[in-house]
Amino acid sequence: MDLAFFSVQLLNGLQYGLLLFLIASGLTLIFGIMGIINLAHGAMYMIGAYLVYDLTLRLGNFWLAIMVAIPIAIALGLVIERLFLDTLYKRDHLYQVLLTFGLILVLNEAQRIIWGGNVHRVVVPAPFDFSIQLTDNMQYSVYRLFVMGVCLALAGVIYWVIRHTRLGIIIRAGAVNRDMVEGLGINVRTLFTLIFSVGVALTAFAGMIAAPLTSIAPGMGDSILITCFVVVVIGGIGSIKGAFWGAIIIGMATTFGAVLIPSLASMVIYLIMAAVLLVKPRGLFA
Amino acid sequence: MKTFKKTSLAALMGTSALISASVMANDGPVKLGLMLPYSGTYTALGEAITNGLKLAIEQEGNQLGGREVEYVQLDSEADPSKAPQNMSRLVNGDQVDFVIGPVHSGVAMGMLRVAKQTGAITIIPNAGLGAATNELCMPNVFRTSFSMWQDSYPMGKVAYDQGHRKIVTITWDYAGGKEDLAGFEEAFTAEGGEIVQQILVPFPSTEFQSYLTQIASLKPDAVYTFFAGGGGVSFVRDYAAAGLKESMPLLGSGFLTEGNLAALGDAGEGVMTTLHYAETLENDANQSFVSAYENAYGEMPDTYAVQGYDTGMMLVQALNVLGGDTSDKERLINVLANVELASPRGPLSFSDSHHPIQNIYLREIRDGKHEVVSIASENLEVPDEACQM
Amino acid sequence: MLHRYPKRAAFIMLILTTLIAAFPLWGEVVFGSQANFILEKLTLMLILALFAMSLDLLVGVLGLVSLGHALFFGLGAYTLALASPDFSPASMWWMLPLVMGVSACVGLVIGVLVIRTKGIFFIMTTLAFGQMLYYFISTSQFAGGTDGVFIMFRPSLELGGSTLLDLDNPYSFFYFCLGMLLVGYLFLRWLTRSYFGQVLDGIHDNEHRMQALGYATSGYKLIAFVIAGVMAAVAGMLAAMQYGFANPAQLGWHTSGEVLMMLILGGMGTIFGPILGAFAYEILLYIYEHTTTHWPILMGVTIIVAVLILPRGIAGLIIAPPWHRKRQTSAEIVGKESKASVSAQPVTQSKED
Repeated sequence: MDLAFFSVQLLNGLQYGLLLFLIASGLTLIFGIMGIINLAHGAMYMIGAYLVYDLTLRLGNFWLAIMVAIPIAIALGLVIERLFLDTLYKRDHLYQVLLTFGLILVLNEAQRIIWGGNVHRVVVPAPFDFSIQLTDNMQYSVYRLFVMGVCLALAGVIYWVIRHTRLGIIIRAGAVNRDMVEGLGINVRTLFTLIFSVGVALTAFAGMIAAPLTSIAPGMGDSILITCFVVVVIGGIGSIKGAFWGAIIIGMATTFGAVLIPSLASMVIYLIMAAVLLVKPRGLFA
Repeated sequence: MKTFKKTSLAALMGTSALISASVMANDGPVKLGLMLPYSGTYTALGEAITNGLKLAIEQEGNQLGGREVEYVQLDSEADPSKAPQNMSRLVNGDQVDFVIGPVHSGVAMGMLRVAKQTGAITIIPNAGLGAATNELCMPNVFRTSFSMWQDSYPMGKVAYDQGHRKIVTITWDYAGGKEDLAGFEEAFTAEGGEIVQQILVPFPSTEFQSYLTQIASLKPDAVYTFFAGGGGVSFVRDYAAAGLKESMPLLGSGFLTEGNLAALGDAGEGVMTTLHYAETLENDANQSFVSAYENAYGEMPDTYAVQGYDTGMMLVQALNVLGGDTSDKERLINVLANVELASPRGPLSFSDSHHPIQNIYLREIRDGKHEVVSIASENLEVPDEACQM
Repeated sequence: MLHRYPKRAAFIMLILTTLIAAFPLWGEVVFGSQANFILEKLTLMLILALFAMSLDLLVGVLGLVSLGHALFFGLGAYTLALASPDFSPASMWWMLPLVMGVSACVGLVIGVLVIRTKGIFFIMTTLAFGQMLYYFISTSQFAGGTDGVFIMFRPSLELGGSTLLDLDNPYSFFYFCLGMLLVGYLFLRWLTRSYFGQVLDGIHDNEHRMQALGYATSGYKLIAFVIAGVMAAVAGMLAAMQYGFANPAQLGWHTSGEVLMMLILGGMGTIFGPILGAFAYEILLYIYEHTTTHWPILMGVTIIVAVLILPRGIAGLIIAPPWHRKRQTSAEIVGKESKASVSAQPVTQSKED
């Protein structure tokens, strides 16, 4: 493995890891603060991608499509939280698992009814629709660099909101002791609705921004879901910092695992997870 | 291999089940059981096959040999673990005359297990696992599609003749992909070419950057690949975006791009694949098929639609010969085995193992269409050594 | 206190069991030529009932929600597939112990790792272990990869050279599965009422209290995890026997999700509820699939509705029917409600520890 090869793979791992962080951040946010395990997380990612595909066709502009799709995703989160989750906060995780499993079935089938079974694409939008020369024979899409930038920026924003704003203080307090926060006169119910909507929107946004880099196909959310779970478990459920480093670890492991130990490539992330849990049963940053 | 030892023995045992299969009523409608994916990743394939099949039968006035046709559509979900019970529902529950399916090779395994036990006549309109007409060998099983080997083997010689000597092959780490690569590698190495490396990607991952970097550093003359559906689109687009297409031509099985032309866009231009069909074929049957399909469903047909259509035409021809009489199963099988079609894909007949004998075309994507460059292999028959009926 | 149910529960179960056991007598009259097919479906339901029941020990009794229980189901199927001789039937006398032994060992290894976690971590780690084995089997040439593997012969049940029960006969196999389910049920009933079961109950209610009382709770949980795994593996073996086919999809997390659905439909923590749930789920699936190819929507909505308005499942309806509840005094209702919510509290304790 020469240095150029190694650096390019490092870039690949970092890029994949950052994208994974964006996808997983919604999951860990929702769990950390609300204690809700959302299996329909992958379906939200898929819906984001399909929304931006559909709206790009209608509006003719990718950026405009994202601007329109984000409020739709927030509204979806709002409806799901108010209709279904509201009654489940005090109940066992089992009910959350089952309800969101039911949601997967409904959302996947709704996707099929609305958009059909064909594979679609979203064209890489201007001004990022060009590549730079990376090695003697390999180019790198500038849009990938842009996505990395967006993921990093969002990670910064989330960190800042949680550490340095009043909302962040409430969120952190709510995660530690829900009753206490309520006792201080803060409406936890509204807070939860807000957090769930933001979580769903973050996930859907990940699907939107990743859409030009991937193919938009039925079931695209199912395969990403389990990877997100692994990320969140490694980092420590509920920890944004954990999700970030968990995602980077998984991104690197997937990238280098594929090259160094191809025979174990499909299992490497689970092996890492088992190893982490053996040492720290609650994840690295819990 | 253990699985194959078991299955070849199964072949010996299966024939007895045929004779005991119940005799169906002959005056009611012909019941066709469709076990295809109508939900999940393979939905588009299931729908295209269904459309093609129904189109063929509609053209006959919705009749088979003078009898009405009744469809029983069952969503296979492309879930192999449920395949035996779903197949059993069609055969024993709904008591269909023919089972048509599936798309997915794992589902095919489960179905064939029940086909063996019940002797139900099964026509495979897609799933390309070689074993279905080879080691598993059953007189009651036909296929109107392809096997992985049949579509990839001809590419080996094509690649060598194009001047490529060192090739990297890449596919998902699953049975279908590995069978496909094996066909290509067999032909390519027999010509004298060298497989620099075979890369297996965890199924169904579409995160290809790391592998593309690996390919770029290996610097082969060309890359041969098998991916399908969303994975195919992702791979071709990522390959083009990495700027590899110019220095190392991308070759593949036709499924890489089939049904995905719109989603590929510019990235697909120049990609060469081999397959038993191309929508631009200039024979009469294809031209009338394409226009009829476009009229009926408002979109261009792909190879999956043709496979469904040929399944329908096969039934039409066989039941016309029999005058709709499906009571004598042995005779029915015999007639089905001797069907010869002027298919949209060109002449189509069946080998002793009930596998299609068909042309394999070399296709190149130009202006968003699969243009036929040449016939890579004419009337190619799959050897199927373990199955000579 | 979890395990005392009104007499009518036992009464209903007894009637249903008798009805099913007598199916060969009335099946042909009612279903005509489809009787054999219905028998096959019933056999499958019995197997799934055993599977769902095994999960109830973890989820309902102990309060540990596993999303990787299909791992053991698939493990049983693949143990049978890989250990069966190629050209002759295996003997049930060593196949059953082998399946149980293999699954117990795997259960022990995985159990030691996952038992350390609680609540949501338990869900995720069991899920991850399930996926690990799924990928291992999917990519293993010796196990037939993603295509799966055939089992050409059902194991035989012989004693002293003569066939005790011809498992190739669909009726005998049906009774064999029914017998296994009954044995499993009686075992779990005994287990949950035993001293061991009382401790599991205590752990479900409040693990810290049990630890404070000096119980090594991890040991109890581990044993329960292994028992549940062994029973699921037996169910998996029966499922693979029925159609002679094993496939990695049996190990996938969707299978784990489905069996959880059976649990909630039937009513968890009751041991007999999951049996009803397995039957209800399969019947619903059959009806939905016949109705439309968009059946996942119907199934999804059913699950959502069940979670929202029928959290205690069919068993809950039997134990405390809505019309029955009205006639009770309010004090009794409070008593019943607090009993009902027992299974709904402990897992959310994860925050403070």
